[in-house]
Amino acid sequence: MIEEPFAEGNTLFHRRDTRVKLIAAAAITLVLALTSSFLVASTGCILTGMLLALSRPTPSLLLRRIGSVNLFTLFLWLTLPLTYGGDKIVSFFFLDISLDGLRTAALITLKTNGILFCFLALLATSTVANLGHGLEKLGMPRKLAFLLLFSYRQLFVIHQEYQRLQRAARLRGFAPSNSLHTYRTYSYLFGMTLVKSWNRAERVHQAMILRGFNGRLIPLNQPQPCREDYLFLIGMLLISLLLAGIPFF
Amino acid sequence: MHISEGVLTAPVLIGGAALTAAGTAVGLKKLDYDRIMTVSLLSAAFFVASLIHVPVGPGSVHLLLGGLLGLILGWGAFPAIVVALLLQAVFFQYGGMVVLGVNGLNIAGPAVLCGLVLARWLKGSRKERMAAGFLAGFCSMFLSALLMAGALFLSDQGFLRAAGLLLASHLPVMFIEGVITMFVVGFLARVQPEILSLDT
Repeated sequence: MIEEPFAEGNTLFHRRDTRVKLIAAAAITLVLALTSSFLVASTGCILTGMLLALSRPTPSLLLRRIGSVNLFTLFLWLTLPLTYGGDKIVSFFFLDISLDGLRTAALITLKTNGILFCFLALLATSTVANLGHGLEKLGMPRKLAFLLLFSYRQLFVIHQEYQRLQRAARLRGFAPSNSLHTYRTYSYLFGMTLVKSWNRAERVHQAMILRGFNGRLIPLNQPQPCREDYLFLIGMLLISLLLAGIPFF
Repeated sequence: MHISEGVLTAPVLIGGAALTAAGTAVGLKKLDYDRIMTVSLLSAAFFVASLIHVPVGPGSVHLLLGGLLGLILGWGAFPAIVVALLLQAVFFQYGGMVVLGVNGLNIAGPAVLCGLVLARWLKGSRKERMAAGFLAGFCSMFLSALLMAGALFLSDQGFLRAAGLLLASHLPVMFIEGVITMFVVGFLARVQPEILSLDT
């Protein structure tokens, strides 16, 4: 099922204004994404890890997320040392290990995880609805914000439609295998999901026109950033400045 | 299919972000508020497609169906896919904020291109329609994998062989995407043909 498990809670991070968190996350992520220094990447990883700990995520869920994101870094660890090339090669039994490849894989792992921690601490602690409204206030085009908010709203419904169709198929004895029949069945299941989404869109559109919809979704709660939010923002920007400044010391 | 955050270098990230912003802007411009509901619902459906795992050999792959979205929405598929990727980043932390530009370009670019080129075949005979469906699925996946490998290679020449490996590993996925898109197109043509002629 699709859920936002990290958005529940009442820590320092959950209470902050979404716009403040978006700006802070963008600043830290940019610094980490653009760096090629080990010192910046590892300091960043430690700092964002501390932020993440402060947002008190559920440990089991957290580990699963970290694991799934690191599948790609695992692929790099398995391939880069053997394929990267470069001058520094160490022979290990019958394998030639490239030190440059190991270095690149390690750097990427630090950067990826640092950014992931930052994302989980700052953005996953808001719901998508709040993020969408926050992005709109920060200047995201209104149509795009609408698309984001509305597909988020309908996501769960469409997923349930699909699951219902899938359950019906299973009840009729459908067992997936490597066959054309399986692929055709999945296609028809998804095709039917599309048809239902299409017709639902029509109905929802009519209902909204009836209620005077003019292209704007108005959130029920419109919090203003308070003094703590500004202090928080200053703190986060200082962290990103500190990280960006490390190579110059 | 997503490139994680922290892998690419600045020029690639900036280039990807600029092109994705341009593509999204064109897509949004062609969207009026009468169609925006449909596009957001299809964007959600695209997200759901990525949760569908179909068996391949001993393992399984998840669907992408960008080509299908391109066929149905044309340029509108660009913002739809970018939004779905943003949702995936928030829900599952696949991809991320800074790398969204590159991932958006990699997936939405080929989808829109295939959609624009192949959509006219949908109105032809049954065989032409099936061919358009298969090619849309296959080619958009192929181009996406190629762009992904290209982004890795442009970031760091040392990625060359790893990127090639990644491209080769996507070959079976291309066929699955092609076959599934073909069947979905055939299904839609029979059940609700208006979905396929939205962009005319």
